[in-house]
Amino acid sequence: MTAALEVRGLKTHFFTRSGAVKAVDGVDLSIERGRVLGLVGESGSGKSVTGLSILGLIDHPGRIVEGSVRLDGQELVGLDRDASRRVRGRRIAMIFQDPMMTLNPVLRVGTQMSMALRAHETVSNAVVRERSLKALGKVGLPAPEQCLAAYPHQLSGGMRQRVAIAIALLHSPSVIVADEPTTALDVSIQAQILQEMQRLGAETGVALVWITHDLAVVSSLAHDIAVMYAGRIVEYGPTADVLAQPRHPYTRGLLDSVPGEAEPGEKLAQIPGSIPALIDLPPGCAFRARCSRATGACETMPEIADIGGRLARCFHPLEAA
Amino acid sequence: MRRDASPFLRFWIEFAENRLALLALGVVILVVGAALMAPLFTPQDPYDIGKLVLGDARRPPGHVGSGGYVHLLGTDAQGRDLWSAILYGLRISIQIGITAGAVAFIVGGSLGAIAAFAGGRTEALIMRFIDLQLSFPAILLALVISAILGQGKWQLTVALVASQYAYFARTAHGAAVAERAKEYIEAALSTPLSSRVVVFRHILPNCMPPLIVVATVQIANAISLEATLSFLGLGLPVTHPSLGTLIANGFQYMMSGRYWISIYPGIALIVLILAVNLVSDQIRDQLNPRLQR
Amino acid sequence: MSAPLLELDAVSRRFSRKISLGDRIAAKLGAPVETREVRAVENVSLSVMKGETLGLVGESGCGKSTLGRIAAGILPPSAGTARLDGKPVMAEDGRHQKLTTRVQTVFQDPFASLNPRKRIGETIGEGPLAHGLIDRAGSRAYVAEQLSRVGLDPSYASRFPHQFSGGQRQRIAIARALAMKPDLLICDEPVASLDVSIQAQVLNLFLDLRRALNLTAIFISHDLGVVRHLSDRVAIMYLGRIVEIGPANEIYAAPKHPYTQALLASVPRLNRHREGRTAFKPIAGELPSPLSPPPGCHFHPRCALATERCRTEPPQLRPLGPMRWAACHLAE
Repeated sequence: MTAALEVRGLKTHFFTRSGAVKAVDGVDLSIERGRVLGLVGESGSGKSVTGLSILGLIDHPGRIVEGSVRLDGQELVGLDRDASRRVRGRRIAMIFQDPMMTLNPVLRVGTQMSMALRAHETVSNAVVRERSLKALGKVGLPAPEQCLAAYPHQLSGGMRQRVAIAIALLHSPSVIVADEPTTALDVSIQAQILQEMQRLGAETGVALVWITHDLAVVSSLAHDIAVMYAGRIVEYGPTADVLAQPRHPYTRGLLDSVPGEAEPGEKLAQIPGSIPALIDLPPGCAFRARCSRATGACETMPEIADIGGRLARCFHPLEAA
Repeated sequence: MRRDASPFLRFWIEFAENRLALLALGVVILVVGAALMAPLFTPQDPYDIGKLVLGDARRPPGHVGSGGYVHLLGTDAQGRDLWSAILYGLRISIQIGITAGAVAFIVGGSLGAIAAFAGGRTEALIMRFIDLQLSFPAILLALVISAILGQGKWQLTVALVASQYAYFARTAHGAAVAERAKEYIEAALSTPLSSRVVVFRHILPNCMPPLIVVATVQIANAISLEATLSFLGLGLPVTHPSLGTLIANGFQYMMSGRYWISIYPGIALIVLILAVNLVSDQIRDQLNPRLQR
Repeated sequence: MSAPLLELDAVSRRFSRKISLGDRIAAKLGAPVETREVRAVENVSLSVMKGETLGLVGESGCGKSTLGRIAAGILPPSAGTARLDGKPVMAEDGRHQKLTTRVQTVFQDPFASLNPRKRIGETIGEGPLAHGLIDRAGSRAYVAEQLSRVGLDPSYASRFPHQFSGGQRQRIAIARALAMKPDLLICDEPVASLDVSIQAQVLNLFLDLRRALNLTAIFISHDLGVVRHLSDRVAIMYLGRIVEIGPANEIYAAPKHPYTQALLASVPRLNRHREGRTAFKPIAGELPSPLSPPPGCHFHPRCALATERCRTEPPQLRPLGPMRWAACHLAE
């Protein structure tokens, strides 16, 4: 069965005055319908740029220099503007951290949903209204008619995000890329949105790429997890396996940095050093400078290899516990 | 960690990357330098009435005058060597422009920042007064004050400061209101540091970018305002002609073929103001965070 | 039992929209004018003992940051007092002047809390110099000492904030606060904007410093895991009121207030033991706006156990055990 989304060898570089920033430098992903992939990383990992590249939203001074992104078998990289626009929003959609990146503050929600619908289909007003109400109901908004008539600023942050999700779902896309959609929301609202997304994934069969830095969310939401560091995937596999037995030292370090189960008052096992700047990255494994297991071999970039049921990019992966 | 350069140094490195602005800056430096060192470059002191020979009046460029030297740009109606008069005139214009600009900067900037920090009625009172003043055209204000105070360098400077400080105050107020809300001000207040320290050593320095842009524009404005006032007969006395006076004096001869008496001072004025404006454009673009790529 | 270091007594803080001249005229003419008032903090009494870390947890609009600012003496309360060792932290006359340097704050945004035009050495040394803790001659050495204490190279004193990463800037902010030799440190979401791995570094730094300096601290955060890791006692706030307070391990193990229970259940937990995907258990309903909090118990519209009494009568904090209080009519 063709994967809903398949990314191979994706490289997106930004050509700035100070040099080339290799934001994404060789990423391979694959998601089936109805499944959730958690794309995890810290700042500078390239996770957001990966999401934007998949949607074709990379602008000057950046561009996709290499790689392929296949949506239900169709190649998206290299599409001209019109073809790209026919695909974007209809068969693949994006949800951003700030719902105001999707919503226009001076237009009513109903108007915006109508514009989103009409961008890809010719439909009558009645059908527009009916489908909009249905979409708003699907995301669990309590008063869909009132929402349609409201301006974004009249809604709370959680409700705005739900509207953004509803707009993403309007054309029943095969894939939704969500870039930190709950990070800016309160904890209790976050849980509501996550529950909605879980339900929607199961009901509509949409494939979901969930970009986040929050490992806890990924552990409950995602079937598979891909951990990114400095533009590359360093570990990729079923969530439960990767979190229980991380093979890459960075994954393990990240897990240990979360205070969740650590003994209160005890120091956390921190990763020393800081995230490298993406300009002029030294050759070899990007995590080398912060890794306690690094040796001379790490001066060449390790290839991603199958280790015990998942993929890891390391010469000295952690052993199975 | 990037280069350990102060914001000041980084600014100039970036400035140098725009060729046109760099050229304009060069012109400004050249003109200002020549004007400030006028006595070195000129064969004649045009302010010394005793040295003027009426027989040399209204001579065309290239004429060899009674002093024995070539009048590169001709002479004016009183026999002044136009080249000297222009350079000396530039010097006065620049002196007055910069002085007026600097004083207006200090007075207006402080007023705006204090108003923003004080808040409440004080702020409202000060800013309404500033708004009131801004509703009058600067030239009108300068004219009135100049007419009241009479001719002379200091009177002119006061008139210019009075008509320009309001622009600085408004800009400083806007920038200060934005800075006031930022966390580092809250942190400074929570140490606690005194209000005076917070306003003058924290808020005001961070309002510099827009203030500097206003300053460069206002210096150009001051120069042209001064020229206008002198052209109209106010401002500087006839014995110490600035560029405006020179242009005024030569106006009557424009149609009778003795163009040089007005044209050359006019060109000098235009070049100076154009160069200052180009420099201030570049500064403004560079300090505008939204244009950063 | 010794006297608490910080005592907040019936502190309230209201923010009201200023009534403009137009509105006053309209009111005189009989038109209804809404006097919108936000009760950011409502009747909070709290004490912090010397050497303990109190965690203050809640969602947006709960008033934790406002309470932190009142405790720090940078925001005057509308009612009630904040006292450090018995002495008020803020002048009670109209001047709103902070009276003490013994409380210092570490702010949330590492990018905005440092003056971008000052070298960090100046920023750190400014307060101590102004208050006579050090003199000009000794300032360089003092600043160097502060920097090494937070794990930064003393030579960084001549650098500007933009040359540092978020985690380093937060260390500088901590150094600045500690340079004033405070007895009480208020940390307002200090790690919220940091990456997870950097967050761990800053939390560890905080633990080290707390031990070395016997610091008393109030740690404000929305991150339940972080708060649990650092705090001796935890206070949960909801819409301006404290709903539960007690020792950290007890609260997390056996919360008594329905909001606390629901909040702990709704936070996604990082499971490292192959529990697989779990269902999310959110709290029903929207977070009410602080402009119009529900009457009675603020939480009642979202509470499965709400009774008639909850709708009308605001619950007071009731002791449920040693050092343990919850504001709920139904808590045992």
